[in-house]
Amino acid sequence: MSGFPTLLQREVMRFWKVAFQTLAAPVLTAVLYLLIFSHVLADHVRVYDSVPYVAFLVPGLVMMSLLQNAFANSSSSLIQAKVTGSVVFMLLPPISYVEFWAAFVLAATLRGLMVGMGVFLATLAFTGAAVAAPLWILVFGLLAGALLGTLGIIGGLWADKFDQLAGFQNFIIMPLTFLSGVFYSIHSLPPFWREVSHWNPFFYMIDGFRHGFLGVSDISPWFSLAVVGLCFALLAALTLELLRRGYKLRM
Amino acid sequence: MSSAIRVAGVTKRFGATQALAGIDLDVAKGEFFGLLGPNGAGKTTLISTLAGLARPDSGKLEVMGHDVQTDAMAARRNLGMVPQELVFDPFFSVRETLRIQSGYYGLRRNDAWIDELLANLDLAEKADANMRSLSGGMKRRVLVAQALVHKPPVIVLDEPTAGVDVELRQALWRFIRRLNTEGHTIVLTTHYLEEAEALCGRIAMMKAGRIVALDTTANLLQLFSSEATSLEAAFVRVMRQAEAGAPK
Ligand SMILES: Nc1ncnc2c1ncn2[C@@H]1O[C@H](COP(=O)(O)OP(=O)(O)OP(=O)(O)O)[C@@H](O)[C@H]1O
Ligand SMILES: [Mg+2]
Repeated sequence: MSGFPTLLQREVMRFWKVAFQTLAAPVLTAVLYLLIFSHVLADHVRVYDSVPYVAFLVPGLVMMSLLQNAFANSSSSLIQAKVTGSVVFMLLPPISYVEFWAAFVLAATLRGLMVGMGVFLATLAFTGAAVAAPLWILVFGLLAGALLGTLGIIGGLWADKFDQLAGFQNFIIMPLTFLSGVFYSIHSLPPFWREVSHWNPFFYMIDGFRHGFLGVSDISPWFSLAVVGLCFALLAALTLELLRRGYKLRM
Repeated sequence: MSSAIRVAGVTKRFGATQALAGIDLDVAKGEFFGLLGPNGAGKTTLISTLAGLARPDSGKLEVMGHDVQTDAMAARRNLGMVPQELVFDPFFSVRETLRIQSGYYGLRRNDAWIDELLANLDLAEKADANMRSLSGGMKRRVLVAQALVHKPPVIVLDEPTAGVDVELRQALWRFIRRLNTEGHTIVLTTHYLEEAEALCGRIAMMKAGRIVALDTTANLLQLFSSEATSLEAAFVRVMRQAEAGAPK
């Protein structure tokens, strides 16, 4: 029998044991964002004519939380294992690099989805639920979690220290997330910045995800699906190659 | 195939350091083998290449006939390793740690053997304690248990008794000896030479990435019988000769 189910279980147990920090805290953060932004911006930001700002904001916040937590899960698990040296326990057994990747990505996706679900349920207290096309929500939620989980493996492999990983998060993940249209529709941007946003893969994740809630989006969800799917495939291929080579894992 | 471990022409360099400068070594099935040498000799590096934690620059390694690089899964399944560093996973208890390690080898119902390991390594009382709360010697014993959780035919212990108290050291050796009698091949590194003398049938002495002496323990003792009555004296003698005759 393969070691994969146990590695997956280990990865899930790791965040479950500190759920207050890994699940509850990010939900609270997102709710604070919702309270503050909806209060400050509701009268100033017009997105789609038919959609109130809060309804526009909720899917963005859900997706942002999902992205950040999927990334945080695989990257921090890996860097902790590397820094403490306990990564040897995963390197000694006959676990293939594909299984290694799959276990980390699935656990990261699960945590991302759990936090995203938590944020969504919490926002129901402030605004009604709008779910136009649940299948798109599921598809973009899963893909985004897997993509960020994969990115987290790259970050966790590359970083030798916690502050390097924080740099990866602050200089790559955060800007890409915040500039992807969590808080605004890119249609409200000047043409130059709108063009720039189209080069940000995170924009397509959020836009497609939002389509599932509101039934409207800046771009066709099919196009977003193609972009996100392609990005995921490229990142997965890169990560699998790094793991196959034992990049920063096997000397 | 009667070799448990086969190492042929293995070299490994870290920057300017030639950690392994051409190692050839065969350990037969069922042997109790000692790997000795001063700090920095390359013992841990050799063990790491054997366990797939490090890649050799050249040469071949086999565990129970399985090439460590090309048949890695089978090679890893046949090997249990106690790392030299005192590493642990702070999220889990002792029993969880062992169950997880067991599961990594595909063994999901292994509690009988886990209980036996806990009893033999005097960890039963700490089974549900978090790893963080254990003393250094206890953590070391958990490392030994983790290495044995899948009953590997080849067991490599990198200084398993460092920091372990006398009583437990003896209990540990009784247990390892029993595993050896049951057919497991044991490779051991230690700086306690009396331990090696008492336990190992054959010994390799390493220095600066080379094997400078390789013989049965009895022969090594005999070889220096005029001036040496203990393995420690023989060790010192071999190291001095290696120094004098060293190529660089
Ligand atoms: N990851 C590494 N990077 C750079 N140099 C290394 C690395 N690992 C080992 N070395 C070097 O390789 C040489 C052999 O080290 P190794 O750990 O194999 O020695 P050892 O025989 O196990 O010593 P000890 O008895 O102290 O454990 C040393 O010079 C060491 O500094
Ligand atoms: Mg060593």
